[in-house]
Amino acid sequence: MTKYKNLSSPTKNMVSTFALVIGLFLILQILLLTGSVSSLVKGQLVPICAYIVMAVSLNLTVGILGELSLGHAGFMSVGAFSGVVMSSVLKQAGASDGLRLFVSILTGCVFGAIVGFLIGIPVLRLKGDYLAIVTLAFGEIIKSIMNNLYIGLDASGLHVNMLKDNLNMTDGRVIISGPMGVSGNDKLSTFFAGFLLILFCLFVIFNFVDSRAGRAVAAQRDNYIATESVGINVTKYKLTAFTISAGMAGMAGTLFALNYSTVVASKFDFNTSILVLVFVVLGGLGNMKGSILAAIVLTLLPELLRAFSTYRMLLYAIVLILIMLITNNPEMKHVVDTVLSRIKGLFRRRKGGAVND
Amino acid sequence: MSFLSYLINGISLGSIYAIIALGYTMVYGIAKMLNFAHGDVIMVGAYVCFFAVTRFSLPPVVGVLLAMVVCTLLGMLIERLAYKPLRSAPSLAVLITAIGMSYFLQNSAQLLWTSNPKVFSSVVGNGALKLFDGQLSISYVTIVTIIICFAIIALLLFIVQNTKMGKAMRACSEDKGAAMLMGINVNTTISFTFAIGSALAAIAGVLLCSAYPTLMPTTGSLPGIKAFTAAVFGGIGSIPGAFLGGILLGVIEIFAKAYISTQLSDAIVFAVLILVLVIKPTGLLGHEIHEKV
Amino acid sequence: MKKLVCIILAVIMIASFAACSSKPAAGSSALKIGGTGPLTGGAAIYGNAAKQGAEIAVEEINALGGMQIELKYEDDTHDAEKAVNAYNALKDWGMVVSLGSVTSTPCVATSTLTNEDRIFALTPSASSPAVIEGKDNQYQVCFSDDNQGTASAKYISSKGFAKKIAVIWKNDDVYSKGVYTTFAAACPENGLEIVSDTTFTSDSQTDFSVQLTQAQAAGAELVFLPIYYDAASLILAQAKDMGFAPLWFGVDGMDGILDLENFDKSLAEGVMLLTPFVADADDAKTKSFVAKYSEKYGSTPNQFAADAYDCVYALYQACQNAGVDGSWKASDACAKMIEQFTTMKFDGLTGAGMTWDKTGAVSKDPKAVVIQNGVYVGLD
Repeated sequence: MTKYKNLSSPTKNMVSTFALVIGLFLILQILLLTGSVSSLVKGQLVPICAYIVMAVSLNLTVGILGELSLGHAGFMSVGAFSGVVMSSVLKQAGASDGLRLFVSILTGCVFGAIVGFLIGIPVLRLKGDYLAIVTLAFGEIIKSIMNNLYIGLDASGLHVNMLKDNLNMTDGRVIISGPMGVSGNDKLSTFFAGFLLILFCLFVIFNFVDSRAGRAVAAQRDNYIATESVGINVTKYKLTAFTISAGMAGMAGTLFALNYSTVVASKFDFNTSILVLVFVVLGGLGNMKGSILAAIVLTLLPELLRAFSTYRMLLYAIVLILIMLITNNPEMKHVVDTVLSRIKGLFRRRKGGAVND
Repeated sequence: MSFLSYLINGISLGSIYAIIALGYTMVYGIAKMLNFAHGDVIMVGAYVCFFAVTRFSLPPVVGVLLAMVVCTLLGMLIERLAYKPLRSAPSLAVLITAIGMSYFLQNSAQLLWTSNPKVFSSVVGNGALKLFDGQLSISYVTIVTIIICFAIIALLLFIVQNTKMGKAMRACSEDKGAAMLMGINVNTTISFTFAIGSALAAIAGVLLCSAYPTLMPTTGSLPGIKAFTAAVFGGIGSIPGAFLGGILLGVIEIFAKAYISTQLSDAIVFAVLILVLVIKPTGLLGHEIHEKV
Repeated sequence: MKKLVCIILAVIMIASFAACSSKPAAGSSALKIGGTGPLTGGAAIYGNAAKQGAEIAVEEINALGGMQIELKYEDDTHDAEKAVNAYNALKDWGMVVSLGSVTSTPCVATSTLTNEDRIFALTPSASSPAVIEGKDNQYQVCFSDDNQGTASAKYISSKGFAKKIAVIWKNDDVYSKGVYTTFAAACPENGLEIVSDTTFTSDSQTDFSVQLTQAQAAGAELVFLPIYYDAASLILAQAKDMGFAPLWFGVDGMDGILDLENFDKSLAEGVMLLTPFVADADDAKTKSFVAKYSEKYGSTPNQFAADAYDCVYALYQACQNAGVDGSWKASDACAKMIEQFTTMKFDGLTGAGMTWDKTGAVSKDPKAVVIQNGVYVGLD
């Protein structure tokens, strides 16, 4: 424990984040082995992993890069569909499930990153709310394109068409069928793959933040003009961060898509982008641990509220507003802080002052 | 002739976007927040008018006035309960609260009024003006919408430019601290802005449902997002900008549908928006604020 | 500050895991039937209608005193991810037989799971062929989309209503797209010409001036609307405003238009539709259902409600025949149900003498009706 205390605060943060993820994974594994997890939670393990990756990836854009993105689901969509196409191609080639999943996620990453890079060029020229609205616009454009995209696979290879579902195929299988999306998808994603993906993304993010590029990005977020004035190529670093973030969202998309037998483009809409943004804001900007916890809790919350049937989403809205008020209003925060410190005080007295900070 | 009819339909749709966009832009100008619940206030306004007219058989004008009163109170209440406590909080926290408020309004509406769509009877009356031997027909709703939109813009510009409250609003939007020092009650001013924005939302709701008469709890959300886009398009914070952005967005949407593709019309609208913002990063009429070192 | 958020989140999370791991209660003898559907959000009209229709059937059956049924509907907000959650919640509850999902996209997701878990599913209204494709225990009460498009084209041509057809369909809706595709494919062989082919999406579901202007300019004599009634009501109103008066032809999604609150029924005058259920039919079954439904929920049932009502009765009939009740395991019940459904005949609100083949598709006859003076009148 002394060793942990002596670490520098960013390292401490990194170690505790990894410890949190691995700890939660182990606890869940034990629970799964003893069979005390309900189907409801079991069914949500993979999507929760995907949302965690989405949340940490968006946190890189919003928390570390300092730019508000309202179209993050667009990258998820690109990753989802490219990953599904790749998994179908590999199936035809006769690859094993594990390999298919791995290569598909890699494909999702590459396509997400490419789209992120291309979008980043115009988007990062803008600032503040204008940047936010352009990301929203790109998200909607991606959704619209995916809604009209037809891809089929037969012995001679892939057939792609926009707007018309006429693919000129001979005896092939339609993979993406415009607005009907993908149906009859093989479910390849596993909880373990999701867990590894989270670890990988956290590893990338912590290394990025600690690198030259990461420092440059954080510097421009805190003071753009000062950063520019010392000769740092701000655009280049911003674009790097944005591309990494988009690539991760692509991976999350593939993981998510390969967990369901059907995926439609309209799933990755403005509301999904907002949902992920809520994880990030609630967990704290730049705080990866917070994003992870918020993603878990807010994905489970609406399901837990099922007992309230029709009042479910209303309660969800109220909880959301209240949490924002409690954590951000100075007076309310003060009240909560006092209560918490009282509880802490009780604890200390009981332990006879053994705890010292 | 079909070109002309597309153009008129575009301007009519755009006028509705413009009225909604005004609510966004005014609130943004002063409170510097994106009020995502604005679209749902529209829906509430439309429901109030609907029930006033069909259930209580009140004349349409009374229905509209009632909707304006209810929305004004609702807007001020939302501001007081959810946004005012967060005045000093980071803008993202306010954004999330606004989204939470939007979910709240939508779900309350569904519980109160069920999800069955209601058919809104136009407050203007059905029918159309026939021109050129009936080749071109313009519905009365279209004409009224366009006229009301222009009237609202004129009125707002007058209020903002020439009244004391308008001056206070402009001062607050420049610098809240300085405005407070000058003896302006910032809280009242913000409240007033929300009141105006919400009253406009009621009018927009009634016009929207008169032109496109299906009323559901989710009626307001999409026009809300489109109007928000329009506000940014024209330069958020600027009243003439919201007007111009709204009209252009409506016209582009209709033309894209008519001449390019009905499937990709939304993508085209957003692509034009991106193009404009890349060339002119603060929107059409937004003025650039230079950052001081 | 951050600490505070973390503490709050951690507490909620621990509570949530604890709350989630409750086991299904065992030992009740009623047959547990579960279904998912959009009970909130933009598609809530369909989910709630189906739920209410099924509730009426369950009440009637339970009142008979014989086999008891316990029905539970979970909200899926018309989303595949949420539908899987809803389905899992039902599984935890101890569902024996499933009503699938109300809408197609969620049902494609849940049907894969019911197939894996060997739970028999009969969906009231998820009409996409992908729902039943390659799954031996998935059955539909509604027509498959393919069926409706072809039948409509044949009917229009055989009656000689028109040669020049305009179609307005919803591009991001599986149902609409499915009917449209088969309709368009069946047009040439039936001597019909599609002169105007326009779409809209759920994001542009308000303004139809462009689609209507193009249909009018192309000289369409009949407009085919393979869409739901909420959008159709807007199209009819806008067409009237612009003075465009073609023949209108819809499919089962159009049913419900007359019961929209405050709808001007004269707008729908002369609209024809091919539908398995009409609320104004005067057979005793329909009358009693409509009366009970409107007494309980204050509105007229649409085809979703009728399909779900039939669903419950079809399951009831199959269970009675096979002797399945609440004490059975889902997988055992599943095998018996498949046996029953491929052999039995069922008379319901949405058709007499319905039969199912091994694929899970239903065979029943659509009725063509026309709206006259605000009520449905049967065509032959």
